[in-house]
Amino acid sequence: MAKGVKPRVKVPKTASAGEMVTLKTLISHKMESGQRKDSDGNKIPRSIINRFTCAFNGKTVVDVEMLPAISTNPYFQFDAVIPEAGEFHFTWYDDDGSVYETKKSVKMA
Amino acid sequence: MKLTKILFAMAGLVAVPFAAIAGEDSQLTINEEPLITSAAAPAHMENVDTIFSGWVFRTDETQALQMDDFDNPAFVFIDQAIDSFNAVDGSSGKACVSCHESPEVFKGLRASMPRVNGSGELETIPELVNNCRTERMGAEKWKWSGGKMAGMIGLIGLQSRGMAVDVAIDGPASGMWEKGKELYYQRVGQLDMSCSNCHEDNYGNMIRADHLSQGQINGFPTYRLKNAKLNTIHGRFKGCMKNIRATPFKEGSDEFKALELYVASRSNGLMIETPSVRN
Amino acid sequence: MQFTRRDTMAIGGAAVLTSFVPSLSVASTNDLIMEVTGGATAASSGIDLTAPEIAENGNTVPISVDAPGAVAVTILAAGNPLPGVATFNFGDGAGSQSATTRIRLAGTQDVIAVAKMADGSFAAVSQTVKVTIGGCGG
Repeated sequence: MAKGVKPRVKVPKTASAGEMVTLKTLISHKMESGQRKDSDGNKIPRSIINRFTCAFNGKTVVDVEMLPAISTNPYFQFDAVIPEAGEFHFTWYDDDGSVYETKKSVKMA
Repeated sequence: MKLTKILFAMAGLVAVPFAAIAGEDSQLTINEEPLITSAAAPAHMENVDTIFSGWVFRTDETQALQMDDFDNPAFVFIDQAIDSFNAVDGSSGKACVSCHESPEVFKGLRASMPRVNGSGELETIPELVNNCRTERMGAEKWKWSGGKMAGMIGLIGLQSRGMAVDVAIDGPASGMWEKGKELYYQRVGQLDMSCSNCHEDNYGNMIRADHLSQGQINGFPTYRLKNAKLNTIHGRFKGCMKNIRATPFKEGSDEFKALELYVASRSNGLMIETPSVRN
Repeated sequence: MQFTRRDTMAIGGAAVLTSFVPSLSVASTNDLIMEVTGGATAASSGIDLTAPEIAENGNTVPISVDAPGAVAVTILAAGNPLPGVATFNFGDGAGSQSATTRIRLAGTQDVIAVAKMADGSFAAVSQTVKVTIGGCGG
């Protein structure tokens, strides 16, 4: 697992049934592009988060394929519909096989 | 050749009116709380009437990143620092939290630093952190501009966000302050430039495609888009000195500490914005 | 990740090249769209792309896309060493087919967004983003 990877997500604590909410996510990651060379001229191997998914109660909100042109500390903002009380499940997939996960529950207002 | 171009551009742009500031009409709000980004210059500044936060010199997109703590990428490092704050480290089995109830107890500290301590020494926040680590925790020192240190001084500085910078420059601080002022106006390096050449004579003008700021440090440590991490005050001084092809002083050196005190005193009246976002 | 001085100079060189040969980037923009659509023509309406006209630093450029009714939106950067940036696949739980992210641009170039609609048709949009070379790399 890459060192110091820490997800942050912003999700409202409550919503009314059928409400559309805006979610924000940020995760600390170098996103080494594979395009850079070290001081000896050797290529630094690619090491990025290559996929991000968000689901609510098992239903996909977004599934993002990520390439090295995504900035360091990847940020996403998107909208979800909340049909009922439940839980958002956010998952980031690292090139090195690590999976970073976080969950947030939403109550009905 | 690049050097002549820069100098030529600088000479040509001195005449450009001050209106060149990118966001001079913009209002900084952070999490919907307004922050002042300009103020009357402190009395000791002879050549400047108004002091401006570096925020006003940035484009709309960069400005926006600082206006919400979730959009501000610096907060991934603040979060990590909260974990460090609570984590036991060193031979004494202590964490920061063993002595300091929460980061909030440091409210106000950042606004008054650097300051002269009881022993008559000028002290900075990284030194306070490392003193705690070596003296009380029995832990290793952190590197001045390392990730752990930058995060921790970011967390400590955040507690003073919105407070006016108010560093003391008289009494026991006056000697170091004078030394810092001398360094600020001292031309150095192959380009033979002083801090004042850019940040006093030419703020608001373009240096190549970039707006020169007043070099205020009220937002440090700052997340720079350039390197996607928190940057310390001395780290930035070092970068500036390299740019003018001078041999930089060492981070934590008496020279940089004196310069920090002087530059901080030029921010007296602006608000702490830690952790800010710059390009 | 940060750009070294050498990287930055290479980017600068690339930017100069692009500005002298504008037709090159236009052609590759169309080619890139065709690659995503598999040769199908993309409509010019139905997708919005918001990107800064001038980015202060190519390391972190905020962009937003909005394509009502899309199942997927692919973002491309025509002037990057690898043009692919990301593909957003929108599921049943999505509240809109819009998203915001931050991307890397290795110099002034076209940013392209291609939406695949539910009926299998495509829509595409592109915008030139100027990436400035900062005055103070320190």
